[in-house]
Amino acid sequence: MIIYQKDAQNIVTLTIDGSDEHQFNAVCEDFFVDLNLHLNTIKKDKSAKGVILTSKRRSFLTGSDLDTIYKINEAQEAFDFVERRKKVLRKLENLTIPVVATINGDATGSGMEVVLACHHSIVKSSKEHKYGLPEVNFGVLPALGGIVRLTRKIGIDKSLRFLIEGVLVGAKESIECGLIDELVETEKELMTNAIKWIDVNQNYTQPWNRKNFQLPDGDAFSKMNAQILHNYPSQLRKKTRGNYPAAEKILNVVTESTLVDLAAASKIESRAFVEIITSSVSKNIITAQWFQKNDINAGLSRPSEINKTKFSKIGIIGSGLMGHGIGYVSALSGISVVLIDLDQKKANLALDKIQKLFYDAEQKKQVQPYQSKRAISSIQATDDLHRLNECDLIVEAVFEDISLKEKVIERSEEFINGKAVFASNTSTIPITRLSKKSRDPEKFIGIHFFSPVNKMQLVEIIKGEKTSSETLAKAFDYVLQLNKIPIVVNDKRGFYTSRVFERYVKEGFSLLMEGVNPQNIEFAGMQAGFPVGPLSVADEIGISLLNSIRIQEKVHLETEGKQYLKGPWDDVIDIMIKKLNRTGRVSRSGFYDYPKDSKKKLWPGLMNHFPLSTASITQNEMMDRFYFSQAIEAVKCFEEGVLSSVADANIGSIYGWGFPIFKGGVFQFINDCGLNAFKVRARELSDKYGERFVPPNSIESMIKKDQIFK
Amino acid sequence: MTELAYIYDSIRTPRGKRKQGALNEITPTDLLSKLMVQLSNRNNLDTSKIDDVIIGCVMPVREQGANIGKTAAQYAGWNVDVPAMQISRCCGSGLEAINLAATKIKSGFENLVVAGGIESMSRVPMGADIGSMAYETKISLNNHYVPQGIGADLIATVNSFSRKDLDALAVQSHKRAFNAQQNKRFKSLLPVYDQNGLLILEKDEHIRPESNLIDLSKLKPSFEDLGSMGFDSFAQEVYPEIEQIEHLHTAGNSSGIVDGASLTLLGSKEMGEQIGLKPRARILSFATCSTDPTIMLTGPAPATIKSLKRASMTIKDIDLFEVNEAFASVVLRFMKDLKLSNMNNINVNGGSIAMGHPLGATGSILLGTLLDELELRDLSTGLVTLCVAGGMGIATVIERV
Repeated sequence: MIIYQKDAQNIVTLTIDGSDEHQFNAVCEDFFVDLNLHLNTIKKDKSAKGVILTSKRRSFLTGSDLDTIYKINEAQEAFDFVERRKKVLRKLENLTIPVVATINGDATGSGMEVVLACHHSIVKSSKEHKYGLPEVNFGVLPALGGIVRLTRKIGIDKSLRFLIEGVLVGAKESIECGLIDELVETEKELMTNAIKWIDVNQNYTQPWNRKNFQLPDGDAFSKMNAQILHNYPSQLRKKTRGNYPAAEKILNVVTESTLVDLAAASKIESRAFVEIITSSVSKNIITAQWFQKNDINAGLSRPSEINKTKFSKIGIIGSGLMGHGIGYVSALSGISVVLIDLDQKKANLALDKIQKLFYDAEQKKQVQPYQSKRAISSIQATDDLHRLNECDLIVEAVFEDISLKEKVIERSEEFINGKAVFASNTSTIPITRLSKKSRDPEKFIGIHFFSPVNKMQLVEIIKGEKTSSETLAKAFDYVLQLNKIPIVVNDKRGFYTSRVFERYVKEGFSLLMEGVNPQNIEFAGMQAGFPVGPLSVADEIGISLLNSIRIQEKVHLETEGKQYLKGPWDDVIDIMIKKLNRTGRVSRSGFYDYPKDSKKKLWPGLMNHFPLSTASITQNEMMDRFYFSQAIEAVKCFEEGVLSSVADANIGSIYGWGFPIFKGGVFQFINDCGLNAFKVRARELSDKYGERFVPPNSIESMIKKDQIFK
Repeated sequence: MTELAYIYDSIRTPRGKRKQGALNEITPTDLLSKLMVQLSNRNNLDTSKIDDVIIGCVMPVREQGANIGKTAAQYAGWNVDVPAMQISRCCGSGLEAINLAATKIKSGFENLVVAGGIESMSRVPMGADIGSMAYETKISLNNHYVPQGIGADLIATVNSFSRKDLDALAVQSHKRAFNAQQNKRFKSLLPVYDQNGLLILEKDEHIRPESNLIDLSKLKPSFEDLGSMGFDSFAQEVYPEIEQIEHLHTAGNSSGIVDGASLTLLGSKEMGEQIGLKPRARILSFATCSTDPTIMLTGPAPATIKSLKRASMTIKDIDLFEVNEAFASVVLRFMKDLKLSNMNNINVNGGSIAMGHPLGATGSILLGTLLDELELRDLSTGLVTLCVAGGMGIATVIERV
């Protein structure tokens, strides 16, 4: 994986050339084996004057070899693994000749750790490449000397951003914060400057290898750092709620490593690595964020025989909340947009809203002004349906009403071209039913965006009965083009996300009816790892919308000849809507009050209408009820063929409604419990709280076959 | 009726070297906590029954600051009911903690007390607290402050101990310690593991079994420069009869600078019965004293005499002694003062020269070491004594039960 060359000036160039088809050099065993071999050669070569480390591919070196790390479960094995690789990097660092990394692409994760082991780093200016140590985002930590070296290089304060927040920066910023040493403009300068540096620094020792080395800004107990470290832990705990051990362990390593010598610092780092990667949280996060997310992006649920489609122009009908959001993200991705509404005035208003979204993004430096300009100019806001003819894909995003949507489909399809895919953005209306109004049900599909569209990464693609593979592939490609995450589900009521997520709110309502203190309910939800408590969610969705949903559900069930079963859900909605007229956040009164100038607060009147019970329920029990009710519903989705991909289910739960990442998603939660323990606990809960907790039959057969959800 | 204080257990970590030592990577709170967990686990302790925790620590700053005893007890997961404190009587702190615990129990006010010490000298070295004694000039001028090593050299000079005498004691310390290690005499030495259950250190790593007179004789005297620069003059103000201080102590015949921790569990008889523990020994007496601070390290003999008198015992009644080898001359002076002609029952398993002297912990380490050996030899009485900065001395007499 690394090619060795020596030139006439006795400079050794090590070129990283992984044979990855995606043009990225990913850290792996081969890298270390090759590096070690070449280092041994260099050490024996008395004439070598210096070493340049470079890459032949689009990235310099990336990744943390999560594939390997995931498989390690034993402490001694983990320790030996990391110590072995660290030794190779120390060998690199301790060469008596200068070592320069010339970075012509991304350097992230262990790739960045390799850079830090070099004596000098030079990066080529670019707009797209990224640098950093994002291991924390995968529930692991940099342990090849990344924490120890970065802290010693740029100090504790500056390191925290990279190590604990997992921030990735561009070339310019990497120089500003000292992550990388030197910036050049051209590929050629990379080499010439490297050679120059080698020439001038013939007897170079890494700063932290020198006697009397002092960290920038001192060790953990220096005046400046003591101040930071006094406050930082609780700030971190506030964000993670103690559910993300990697971040906390990294903090501990950062501080402790500055109080001891390099050898001890390195051990501290290695032991923390062992602790973290053998833990179930890291396995959960890697399963979801690495394996399954990658599988999805690689098209696991996409018909492989269909060629990729790149969209140049799409149409959106309905410029409301969802419509203009979809327009924004499409334009942002370089797709031209035809944004249709009833009249030009409405369409123009929508365009204004989109412009505001671009403006906000510019303020946050997420988007460059030239990008916004180009994007906005590619949007046609109009009431003229003829414009739809130029579109390869159309999304209708009108109000959530069957007859309205049916009318829109019929009317607008008159104007579309024969090849276009027609999609409906709906969260509850059956796609197959809507497709009956389409001129070609094979080209009809559901593409369910989540609000707010500019922030939510997940998109739920719903196949109608007749939806063709080609249509599915196109919808999939469209979502990927938007840089969003597609999951594919079949057409059953509630699809996947709404159906499972509803359980969270319903469980919250049950607890409320049981007389649990609303604050405890909300706290339990957040401690479980959901972004907000179930009562907050209800307010956000709008209790009035929940009311319409349950009315619709009743109607649907009756048309299917089934009975609607009333429950605490109905009691709560009845009280809030009919009795109290508290409809949610938009009206500034729901379960919470929403004062204009301050934070929301639980409405004190709640306890008059939902009297508190003397019986108490533990926080753990509440958390389990949230987890189990959702997990069981998800298993039922599987049994009913709503979806068949575990990856889609897990990633859908994380990015669709914030199912905790540290559990790995709704199915990984079950694996993490252990299926048998899950079954036992579910039975306990069903005995106490009702049928919704009865473990589904498929769990039992999986237990018998010793299977897990994968 | 006054209670007697019984010793139910005494455990310690191995002592790690100062430089590239195995315990360097462990924070002091963590090291002490790990030992606390081991103490409560092996004795099946309901920690809510512990009345107090007294932890000796001589440099209670930075990683060892803010009442490390309480911090460690909380980190160890001991019951919230357990109070704790950190104390210092300098090098005698570990034994002082035990004596204070014995006092509490004897008073009848408390029934179960944990006493011990922690010192991570690799992280928080001597002088880290930059105290008044040595750094406030009007104090050091008034008190003729001299560093301990100068005191040790002064003892050697006054008593005509030769370099060879000191080095021979050092060689013996290493040999005895090594033998004890090989023969598994250190029953109460518990290995230190990391958070993953991986072994970090299981034996005292400062011991050098290959120590010999020739190699030791090559070492440079450690306090020569300090002495000639000025401290010898301070000493001579108090000892004008001394023409010149012979600087004979080196790194080889002085105690090792190490990391370590120790805990001793003491309680009343009734408490022991209540929690199902068998006592190993009881405290017969203890004493503290003070002597000339300039020569500084002559406290062990007077403290020993005082404690024996309190117990109505004589030197002949003691089966085994542990005299802290802060410096070789300290032990030789102790023997001279008490007219002991050999070390047949003194430091039989080696001492701090071989294994190191983690300041706040040593007193408890010596007690545990003594008790282990008394049990192995089926002997009855023992005495632990240490010299202490400022001229103090401390001693404790125990008897097996």
